[in-house]
Amino acid sequence: MQTTLPAPTVESAPAMTRPITLTVNGTPYQLNLAPWTTLLDALREYANLTGTKKGCDHGQCGACTVLVNGKRINACLTLAVMHDDHEITTIEGLATDGALHPVQKAFIDHDAFQCGYCTPGQICSAVGMINEGQVRTVADVRELMSGNLCRCGAYPHIVDAICEVMQLDASK
Amino acid sequence: MHPFSYSRPTNVENAVQELAGPARAKFIAGGTNLLDLMKVNVEQPNQLIDINRLPLNTIDELDNGGLRLGALVTNADTAYHPLVEQRYPLLSQAILSAASAQLRNMATNGGNLFQRTRCYYFYDTAMPCNKRQSGHSDQSAGVGPAGCGALGGYNRIHAILGTEASDGTVHCIATHPSDMAVALTALDATIHITGPSGDRTLSIGNLHRLPGSEPQFDHTLRPDELVTAIELPPQGFSDHHIYLKLRDRSSYAFALVSVAVGLEMDGDVITDARLALGGVAHKPWRKPEAEQLLIGKTATKDHFQPVAEALLDGAVGYGHNTFKIDLAKRAILRALGLASQKSERAKEQKGE
Ligand SMILES: Cc1cc2nc3c(=O)[nH]c(=O)nc-3n(C[C@H](O)[C@H](O)[C@H](O)COP(=O)(O)OP(=O)(O)OC[C@H]3O[C@@H](n4cnc5c(N)ncnc54)[C@H](O)[C@@H]3O)c2cc1C
Ligand code: SF4
Ligand code: FES
Ligand code: FES
Repeated sequence: MQTTLPAPTVESAPAMTRPITLTVNGTPYQLNLAPWTTLLDALREYANLTGTKKGCDHGQCGACTVLVNGKRINACLTLAVMHDDHEITTIEGLATDGALHPVQKAFIDHDAFQCGYCTPGQICSAVGMINEGQVRTVADVRELMSGNLCRCGAYPHIVDAICEVMQLDASK
Repeated sequence: MHPFSYSRPTNVENAVQELAGPARAKFIAGGTNLLDLMKVNVEQPNQLIDINRLPLNTIDELDNGGLRLGALVTNADTAYHPLVEQRYPLLSQAILSAASAQLRNMATNGGNLFQRTRCYYFYDTAMPCNKRQSGHSDQSAGVGPAGCGALGGYNRIHAILGTEASDGTVHCIATHPSDMAVALTALDATIHITGPSGDRTLSIGNLHRLPGSEPQFDHTLRPDELVTAIELPPQGFSDHHIYLKLRDRSSYAFALVSVAVGLEMDGDVITDARLALGGVAHKPWRKPEAEQLLIGKTATKDHFQPVAEALLDGAVGYGHNTFKIDLAKRAILRALGLASQKSERAKEQKGE
């Protein structure tokens, strides 16, 4: 059995790359990227921030949710070059000085995941949703979180965690 | 993804000039449809013109009482805009029924109009598709007519109205997937367009087209034109309206059938009516003759049924989608019933 993987063949097209600066979690990353690099691939493969996950790569699951200038978007359906002067926040940037973000803490307290693959996207999405200020009811939470699928079906606990942070009565 | 070059003009004139250049160029706005299709090689532009820095990102009140929605305002910012919520709640409802919160934060009003069909055979380059393989210059390789994978295939999401070409042949049974465009059709919006030869406007009803024998063309925008804004006329149907969307799951799914209704009522009597259907044709489906049947009538099921029959007149099922004919009729009855009751917001505003 082969134990060492062959070195990846890198398609070098230097003329096609351009220098761009991505500001992620307050840190500038100077990267040389081809224009067709998605924001998701730039974060994971070039900035080595692998907290943001790739599920479907087609906008259908929400695993790649990040915040751009405070708004939640799917990093898989946008190009890195389109964001060279934007503030990007990923799951790695939510904790401050070692203290978890309240949504992160609530996810742990409510056991709001099983495998954890969808979790970074769920948490970034919840933070974005709270910023948007459109939630009145628990039904709103479910509707406005519908862009994040969870194959483990942890939805009830995810809703409970978010309701705690938003001080909504989850039983209603 | 096929390699491409990237540019980011900051004024409309340059953007339009770049599009008219020699490269197989396309505008990119939110990117949520274009990049999706580029990843599966259905779209293969040589150049992307990023229009996000063009000054088309405001919503402005017009002197005539209407509203002008910039092409680059996001779907989310449009749906939650106080003037849209107040005067055009039908549009807010339609936009908020679409996609997910993340996608609505990216999707723009201009891009939404030009999203392409979700036909699975269109997405799969291994399958025959007259829309994709027409030899149309900005499509992937292939010469048509290639055939239609959906006609003899699985066509649950496909069209039941307006599918036949003038000679009775059927080339494509794709539907237009936009919810926003259905509401804009009921509101009778006007599209503002800029091109190399100047500006023009088009009624939303003339923006999209039926497939006929040229399904490669989704719409009537010329290849070198840019949409700059969508204009809403003053009449917003804020008291009596509904966007009813029927789908396989209750959120984050495209419509199987949708109905946008706007009514004006004088007591129990309908004085004006607009209806547009989504999920049933290659463009939002509207028939002013059917709307006329409601004028002067009370809001009862007996008066709604002929409207449903008129709107679905000539509908054809292709097997898996035949259920849509009855579903659409029932959806129309239900939507008219709901719209004839005063909206909750209208009641709140009037202190009822
Ligand atoms: C998983 C998923 C679910 C979805 N569900 C729904 C749904 O339920 N209902 C619904 O309605 N939509 C749905 N959508 C589609 C979404 O609404 C569209 O992808 C979005 O509106 C497209 O806008 P955009 O700005 O991202 O366009 P882009 O992808 O940037 O562009 C789309 C097309 O429009 C052209 N274009 C963009 N702006 C202009 C302009 N100003 N002038 C001329 N041409 C222009 C581009 O060149 C391109 O050809 C869904 C999408 C996904 C991925
Ligand atoms: S329905 Fe239209 S888009 Fe779908 S396979 Fe047939 S020709 Fe192509
Ligand atoms: S990976 Fe982006 S939505 Fe699934
Ligand atoms: S916890 Fe496994 S996918 Fe959500």
